Amino acid sequence: MSSFHWVQIPYALLTLFIVLNYGLIMTAVVQKIAARVGGRHGIPFWQNYIDLVKNFAQRSKITHGVMFYLGPVFRLAGGVGLLLFVPTIYGSTWAQNFSFAGDLVLALYFVFFGTLGMALGAGESGHPHAAIGVSRGLAQVTMAELPLALAVYAIAVQYHTLNITEIVAAQQGGLFHWTLFTNPLATVAAMFAFVGTMMRPPFDVVLAPQEIPIGPPTEYHSAYLALMQTNRAIFPVAKTVIYMNLFFGGASSWGEFAIKVFALYMVSAFIGVVHPRFRVEQSIRFFMKWGVPVGVLAILMV
Amino acid sequence: MKDIDETFRKIDATVPLREELRPRTVTTPDGQEITIEPLKDYFCEAAPKVHPKAYFQIVENFYNWARSNSLWILGFGTGCGAIEMRPLMTPRFDAYRYGVQWRPTPRQANLLIISGYLSVKTLKRAIRAYEQMQGPKYVIGLGSCTINGGMYWDSYNTIKRLDDYLPVDLYIAGCMPRPEALLHGFIELKKLIRAGKAEGTNRYAENFASYKAAQKSVIKDWDMPDYNW
Amino acid sequence: MMRDLHALLTPRHALGPLEIRRENLAFVTLPASNLRGFLTELRDTQGFSHLVLLTAVDWLEEGQFQLTYMMNNRARDLTLGVRVMLDRTTAQMDSIHDLWPTAATYQRELKEMFGITFPGSPRLDEEFILEGWTDLPPYRRDFDSLAYSQQTYAERPGRVTHDPREYMKSKLYPGG
Repeated sequence: MSSFHWVQIPYALLTLFIVLNYGLIMTAVVQKIAARVGGRHGIPFWQNYIDLVKNFAQRSKITHGVMFYLGPVFRLAGGVGLLLFVPTIYGSTWAQNFSFAGDLVLALYFVFFGTLGMALGAGESGHPHAAIGVSRGLAQVTMAELPLALAVYAIAVQYHTLNITEIVAAQQGGLFHWTLFTNPLATVAAMFAFVGTMMRPPFDVVLAPQEIPIGPPTEYHSAYLALMQTNRAIFPVAKTVIYMNLFFGGASSWGEFAIKVFALYMVSAFIGVVHPRFRVEQSIRFFMKWGVPVGVLAILMV
Repeated sequence: MKDIDETFRKIDATVPLREELRPRTVTTPDGQEITIEPLKDYFCEAAPKVHPKAYFQIVENFYNWARSNSLWILGFGTGCGAIEMRPLMTPRFDAYRYGVQWRPTPRQANLLIISGYLSVKTLKRAIRAYEQMQGPKYVIGLGSCTINGGMYWDSYNTIKRLDDYLPVDLYIAGCMPRPEALLHGFIELKKLIRAGKAEGTNRYAENFASYKAAQKSVIKDWDMPDYNW
Repeated sequence: MMRDLHALLTPRHALGPLEIRRENLAFVTLPASNLRGFLTELRDTQGFSHLVLLTAVDWLEEGQFQLTYMMNNRARDLTLGVRVMLDRTTAQMDSIHDLWPTAATYQRELKEMFGITFPGSPRLDEEFILEGWTDLPPYRRDFDSLAYSQQTYAERPGRVTHDPREYMKSKLYPGG
């Protein structure tokens, strides 16, 4: 497991490809569900592909500087990196990616990495909306990550490891070995963070088109925007994979992966379609009041 | 029909530039003297370029197909027609199923709908919004006001012919057109794009001087750079 | 109610006759020099605390501008329109922005659209809705809107105008 083989690289790219397509279709399906809740027909499920091609096909683009270029690249690197360092399928020889001992810490870092890169890039675009959006986004994501960090401490203490593969291994052997049942408080705390960082209502004030128009990506267009759309497809799936591995027993096949990720994603989607949007300070207060105490309790219980 | 009365005509009068836009010398907090020229410092002056099509026709056709199925409208309503755009998002018409969606920022949009009469003041904003969009971009003129002035044909402050000022790809006639007419307009625009005939962006770049001359003839207080990319 | 009020205030402010439109809506005309005192008294002692609007009418033939201050008494649901006639050539009036701050906005609009000045009113000379207007104020009746639009804005040829009466007659009764 710890030794590196060159064959891991094409395997990891294959994983990336599967996850990209899965993410593109799943986000479209989620949008379609949201549309059906609103009584609309909704977009076709291949719409995200068309938008992606369209944005790459735009003929003109402008730049505001080097960081403006690098912002979407960092963002995409955050999503891809997160995916590559997390074992996607437990027990599979080729979908292990580059996981190693202590990869949990790295994964936590990558969750944040994209947002930071985006902050730098959007900041250089010079648009006031982007700056406001970035400060809102950083405040909210930082706060939402806190319950997750606490939950991760809790399960690290519980399983005596920081290796995601070992955590998944410890959860094998039936439904009741999942962290969901062995440490429900940590799971609840982490789910607060999950819903909070998925950029869906009620916590989507950062990216919502109706707020200060669309927040950090205000100035992003054409191929930059296409990169960010790619990330929007990969990143939620990668993040969901972490949660699945840590709390819901991981996945031992692509079928199980698809079902579990979809079910987890649906949690935030369903919460999203029935809830109005929080302002930033409201959501921060919400996480302080509910997420953090549950996380602290989870550590104490272990 | 012409009813020209020369007695009050003061067309030659020029409007002074607003004070905050004039070039001036200021002292920075650390004591340096610098000259600033607000209309030049913050903007790039390069005129728009003509962007060639993709080299292979089949690639261009594929791109055009993608563009036609992913029309992102700039959420910018200028007149009463903005009201007719809103129902398109609702369950009854649901334009999203045609790949049409609304974007809040001109950078990400590629379709500008001039929805109704356009006053000179709004024209200024519409030009800025249009120039900030990334090509290929399309313009739809909605309603008879954009075609020949409509019921505002004798108004002192609305333009009468949109295609003098912006490269219009498609007009939708009516006062006001119903949302169904708009949907039909989208479908016609898709046909135009797929046929490769919606090249308004390049037309604007090629005839940039004449478009600018027309715009400046009605916007008396031109207080922005010539091109806002 | 309105009549009582009118009778009470007429001697002091030289009010003109009261024109009653509805039970709670009436108009009165008074000399421009008495306006400020009258409005102050309406506001402070008679409960007309709300300035609904301030607008103008151009009486081109008489050479006068008419200013209308709509005053509202919310407690008793009364509306009183106070009219003042101005000379059209000087077109100047006292500002009341110190009585109602909102009046400054109306006065800016009147300055721009009618060319009536209100010395001392804040931001009076800033453009209100027109930008870069170089001609006569457009709401003055000697401003020819049609001619201006024909001179300024390019037209699309082929526009046909019908006399509605003749056109409908020919459509509905083609035989004559």
